[in-house]
Amino acid sequence: MTPQPPTVLRLTGITKRFGPVTANDAISLELRQGEVVALLGENGAGKTTLMNILFGHYVADEGTVEAFGRPLQPGDPRAALDAGIGMVHQHFTLAENLTVLENIALGTQKLFAPRLDRSAARRRILSLASDFGLAVDPNAIVAALTVGERQRVEILKALYRHARILILDEPTAVLTPAEADALFATLKLLVAQGLSVIFISHKLHEVMAVSDRVVVLRGGRLAGEKAISETNRSELATLMVAQDVHLPPIVDVAFGARLLLLDQVSTAGRVSGARLDRASLALKAGDITGLAGVSGNGQAALAALLAGTERMTAGTVELFGEKRGAWGAREALQLGIARIPEDRHAVGTIGDMSVTENVILESYRGRRFCRRGFLDWPAARAFAEGIIRDYEVKCPSPDARIRLLSGGNMQKLILGRALDPEPRVIVANQPTRGLDVGAVAYVHAQLIKARDRGAAILLISEDLEEIVALSDRICVISKGRISEPSRRGAKTIPQLGEMMAGHGLEAAHAS
Amino acid sequence: MTEALDILLTASFWVAAIRIASPLIFATMGELICERAGVLNLGIEGIMTVGAFAGWFTVYSGGDLWAGVAVAATAGAMFGLLHAILTVPLGLSQHVVGIGITLLATSLTAFTYRLLLPEVTSPPKIEPFQPLPIPGLSQIPVVGEALFSQTPLTYLAFLTVALVAWVLYRTPLGLAVRAAGENPSAVEAQGISVSGIRIGAVMVGSALMAVGGAFLTMSAFNSFFFEMINGRGWICIALVVFGSWRPGKALLGAILFAAFDAYQVRLQQITGALVPYQVFLMLPYLLSILALILVARRATYPRALMIPYQKGER
Repeated sequence: MTPQPPTVLRLTGITKRFGPVTANDAISLELRQGEVVALLGENGAGKTTLMNILFGHYVADEGTVEAFGRPLQPGDPRAALDAGIGMVHQHFTLAENLTVLENIALGTQKLFAPRLDRSAARRRILSLASDFGLAVDPNAIVAALTVGERQRVEILKALYRHARILILDEPTAVLTPAEADALFATLKLLVAQGLSVIFISHKLHEVMAVSDRVVVLRGGRLAGEKAISETNRSELATLMVAQDVHLPPIVDVAFGARLLLLDQVSTAGRVSGARLDRASLALKAGDITGLAGVSGNGQAALAALLAGTERMTAGTVELFGEKRGAWGAREALQLGIARIPEDRHAVGTIGDMSVTENVILESYRGRRFCRRGFLDWPAARAFAEGIIRDYEVKCPSPDARIRLLSGGNMQKLILGRALDPEPRVIVANQPTRGLDVGAVAYVHAQLIKARDRGAAILLISEDLEEIVALSDRICVISKGRISEPSRRGAKTIPQLGEMMAGHGLEAAHAS
Repeated sequence: MTEALDILLTASFWVAAIRIASPLIFATMGELICERAGVLNLGIEGIMTVGAFAGWFTVYSGGDLWAGVAVAATAGAMFGLLHAILTVPLGLSQHVVGIGITLLATSLTAFTYRLLLPEVTSPPKIEPFQPLPIPGLSQIPVVGEALFSQTPLTYLAFLTVALVAWVLYRTPLGLAVRAAGENPSAVEAQGISVSGIRIGAVMVGSALMAVGGAFLTMSAFNSFFFEMINGRGWICIALVVFGSWRPGKALLGAILFAAFDAYQVRLQQITGALVPYQVFLMLPYLLSILALILVARRATYPRALMIPYQKGER
C-alpha cells in the first residue's frame, strides 16, 4: 500500500453561531495533498459558513484551522491567501467594470509600486490558462463575460496567487452541463499537479463523479465521511437529508382550456439577454409547459412580459379567452398571474425586510391586509405564520430578516406567497436553481399540486432533466424564438439539446 | 451679436476661464478619488472653505505661500479623516455625514476666523501667488497665453489631473482604489483592506478639495471672506458625474463650466442693464444641467458608490 499523502489542511472543532442559529457545530475536517474532497449538504447545512471561516471572512467562535502544519490566523483573508488557499465563491467577487487582467492582478503587486506591470501579468495569466484549460481573454471587461467565463477568472485568480488548496463553493450551480464538464476536467488537471480541492455541492451525481472523498454536513453538524469508492448515491442522500425523499409520481391529466396565448410576440429589450422574436406560446389549464433553453435566449424577456415588467413591440396576447394588450406588474397580480422569479435575492425578496413584510409584498394593497389605508399587521403576521406552517419554512420567527434564511427556505416563502391566492397562471422561472435535493422535491411537488387544481404553469429551466421530469408539454426557446410544443417523451433529451442549440427551430416556424 | 462671439477669441477670456477652472479642477479630482473608492464626499463645500481659510491664514501670519498650500491640504485631510472614520469603519450614511462635515467645517472656519481676528472689519489682504509665464510657450497667441501665463497653482492643478489619471489607471494602488469602488468584497478577497483604501482615498481627496479652496484665497483673490466658495463644491460633484468618473473628461468639464462662467461676466458688460444680471449668473448652471443631461445620462457609476462595506456581514 502506498503511503498516505501529507495532510495540507486540518479544521478542528469549528463552531460558529449567528445569533440564535448555530451554523457550524464542532466540525472537523482534513484535506490531503492531491485529492478532491466534496463537502456535501443541503442548503443551510453550514457548508458555506465553514468555508468562509476557513478563508477568514468569518471568525469562528470555537475551533482552529491549520494549513500545511501551521495554524491560520483567524479572520484574515490575507493569511489564508498567503498560506496558499484560494476560494471561488458562489457569488463571484469580481469587479465587473474592470478587465479580467485587472481583476486577477488586483492585490498581487506591491500596492505602492509606481507602475502596474500589465505585460508580466498577462504572460502569467495566459500560461496558467493554457496549462489548466481555462481559456479567457485578459483584456475583456468582466461585465461582458458569461458566468462560466467569470468562474474561470475566479479560478485563475487563485492559481495566479500560487494557491495549493482550492475551495469551490457550489461551482456548478450557475453552469451549463458542458461548462460543468469543462470545470471537472480542469479540476482533474489541478489535482494531478498536486493541488488539493474542496468541492462544495449538494448535487449527488457531481460529487460521485468528481471527488475522492466526501464529507456530509447536516444541520450544521458532521453527518458522515466516506470514500467515494465505498459509498453510493442513495447512502449519501440518506446521510444528507435524514428522511427519505419522495417525488410524487406524475399522472397524465387532461388539458383544460387555453388560459394564455402569445401569438408572434416580440419584446422591447428592457431586460438582459435576447428579446422575444415573434414567439408564440400557449398555456393551458391543468398543464405544466416546460420551456427548455440555454440561459440568455429570451427566457428573461418572456418571464418579464408575463410578469408585466416588459413591453411588447409586436404580436397579440390572449388571456382567459380575451384578446388584450400587455399588462403592468400590478395588473398581472390582480389578473391572477403568479410569479416565481429567477433571482430570489434581487427580485423575489427584499433582504432587509422581515418575513412578514416579504410575504405580503404582492398583496398588501388588497382588502386582506389593508384597512382604510392602514396596514393590518395582525392579519399580515397570521398570514406569514400560515405560510411558514403550510410550506414548512424553517425560520426563527415571522419578524426575522429574510436574508438570514437559506435559499431553500426563502424559495418556500416565495412559493407560499405566489401560490396561496390560487393563481390561474404561474410563471416559474428557474424555481429550483441553487436548491438542495429536499427543497427541489418540495418545489416540484407544489407545482404539481397547483397544476392538479387546474393552474396553467410555465416552467422555465435550464435543467433539461427537470423539464423532462415535470412538464406535460415541452417547448424550446432559442434566440428569442419558441418552438412548437411536444408531448413529454415525444422527443429525447439529445433531440431537445439540439433544438436548444437552435437547430430545427426555424423549420418549425416555417412549417 | 458679433460682439458676443468676439469674446471667445480674446486671450483674456481664456485666461480667465482657466483661472476660474483651477479650483474646480483640484476639488473635482478630490471628489473623483473619493467616489472611485466608493465614498461620496458631500463635505466638499465645507472642506474647500477650510482650505481657503487655512491657506490664507498661514500666509497672513507670516508663512510662505507653499507652506499655506501644505497647511490647507493637511487641514483638508483631517476633515477627510473625520468623514472617513464615520462613513467607512462605522458605515454611517454618506449623505448625512457629508452634509454634516460641510456644516461643521463652514461654521468652524467662521468661528476660528472671529477667534483669530476679532478686531478686523474689512478682510485683510495677503500677497498671493503671481502669474509665472512659461518662457516661449506663453508667447503662443490665445492658447499659450491662456495656459502658460498662469500662477504656479494652476500648473499644479493640471499636473494633479495627470497624476490622478496615472495613479488610477497605471498603478496597483489605483487598481485597488477602483476595485474598492466597484466591488469591495473583491478587494477584501485579495487580502487588501477596503477600509484602508477608502480612508486613504477620502483623506487624499479631501486634501485636494482644500487646495482647491486655497486657490481662491491665495491665487484668484488675496483675502478670505465668508461664502466665498459659493457652491463651487456642489458644482464639482456634478463635474465628476459629467466626467463619468474619468480624470480627463472631468478636467474638460471643469474648463467648460469655467468658460461659461467667464463668458457670462463678459456678456453682462456688453448688454449693460438691458437684462437683469441674475439671468447671466444662472447661465453656467443652466448650461451645466443641459450638459449633464446630454453627457451623463448613460454614465456608469462605480457600482459600490455610497454602499458601506462591512466585513463578514451576511
